[in-house]
Amino acid sequence: MNAIKNLFKSLFLLELIKGLRVTGRYLFDRKITVQYPDEKTPQSFRFRGRHAQRRYPNGEERCIACKLCEATCPAAAITIEVEQRDDGSRQTSRYEIDLTKCIFCGYCEESCPVDAIVETRVFEYCGENSNDLLMTKSDLLAFGDELEQQLNVDKLLDSPYR
Amino acid sequence: MIESILYLIITVIKIVIIVLPIMACVAYLTLAERKIIGYMQVRIGPNRVNLSLLPGIRNLRGFGQPIADSVKLMFKEIIIPTNADKFLFVSAPILALAPALAAWAVIPFADGWVLADINAGLLYILAMTSIGVYGIMISGWASNSKYAFLGAMRSAAQIISYEIAMGFALVGVLMAAGSLNLTEIVMSQKGSFLHWFWIPLFPLFIVYFISGLAETNRAPFDVAEGESEIVAGFHVEYSGMLFAVFFLAEYANMILIASLITIMFLGGWLSPFEGIPLLEYIYLPGIFWFGAKVAFVLFFFLWTRATFPRYRYDQIMRLGWKVFIPITLVWIVVLGLLILFKLPPWFA
Repeated sequence: MNAIKNLFKSLFLLELIKGLRVTGRYLFDRKITVQYPDEKTPQSFRFRGRHAQRRYPNGEERCIACKLCEATCPAAAITIEVEQRDDGSRQTSRYEIDLTKCIFCGYCEESCPVDAIVETRVFEYCGENSNDLLMTKSDLLAFGDELEQQLNVDKLLDSPYR
Repeated sequence: MIESILYLIITVIKIVIIVLPIMACVAYLTLAERKIIGYMQVRIGPNRVNLSLLPGIRNLRGFGQPIADSVKLMFKEIIIPTNADKFLFVSAPILALAPALAAWAVIPFADGWVLADINAGLLYILAMTSIGVYGIMISGWASNSKYAFLGAMRSAAQIISYEIAMGFALVGVLMAAGSLNLTEIVMSQKGSFLHWFWIPLFPLFIVYFISGLAETNRAPFDVAEGESEIVAGFHVEYSGMLFAVFFLAEYANMILIASLITIMFLGGWLSPFEGIPLLEYIYLPGIFWFGAKVAFVLFFFLWTRATFPRYRYDQIMRLGWKVFIPITLVWIVVLGLLILFKLPPWFA
């Protein structure tokens, strides 16, 4: 009996017609394509894009050169050198993030005790050679100054979950 | 003498009038394919190249895509592999395209709109669609590449296997129409759309459609290309315009098979409203109905491609030899009985 049923099924292409019905239905379905440069998907305030270093409102840089980010970085993309500044405070003399190594895991941001290194929402950037993607300390600070307002808003949005 | 030259010139003009629209159709069939398959995958397909003949009309977005593609292909370098047989390598795409275009000579687009109204039309079609496999075989051989060679072997075995089922399906049409002339085949289907041969020949219609897919190496029978295991099959080594000619041949063959299905099973240029009260006064030229039916069949080609995964090779062979040939043979006997008893309305 089952054999006859199967023969009937395959002879009249019943399963193929089922498949055709599925694709036929999707033909008239709403399309989910996001036409990227014209349209963009919504972004989370936790989006992990290009890095930035932040300053305190008085202009003092936040980073205390604790090297936690360097230690936690799974891709070893961060290089830090430390120096004592004239006023006795501990500061970085060199702080570099190699974006060609970075995997954008966000551990540096998580590990930072003073919220100095952050990942911004910016993901549309490029470099024409690999040196362009080596972010130096001044690059990171300048980028942080540029985006300070947005970063504050994002931190505020994230604070209830911390 | 003058008459002969005149005849020659007129024939050449006719050929141009047939071939140019076919090429345009091929170009836009590629767009239709990408659009329809895109839509079925909940994407929107190409929509960036605007045809700026009518600026500002959003719906025409993407209509310049085939033009952009062909310009791109024309400017690409043609690479001939070091150990390839140069003559065969270059002639293979031509051998694939030529029969695909030559077969159009006997296709009646509308009443009397046919280049060569010969009595052996169906036989000619069968011969032309079979010759197409030589282009693929030669390309596989001349490329001197194992992938191309495997693709060519697969494609040859497949096309030859399905030729038989296809031939039997044509025998059914021949019996029903009582003629090999394509115009007469269409005329013997006169009446309403219920008089067309797709009803009495329904199994042959389905077999012919599926064999047509296999014959043109279309999904789900595209093992000759089989990206996942043999890269691109017979045309791995081809680039630029030589590749484009293979592409043209494949799509020209698709349109050819679709128009053959239209002629043999769907009443060619005949209006589906004929014989239906009131509706039969709607008059549209035959070429319109022909085009509409071909487009309808082509949509099914694309629909199957968007739906089904590729067949395994032994399954393809099993389907061709152990399923289609018995079905067609049985139905030819049934058809013989139907004709013997003059079953109305088709064989009265």
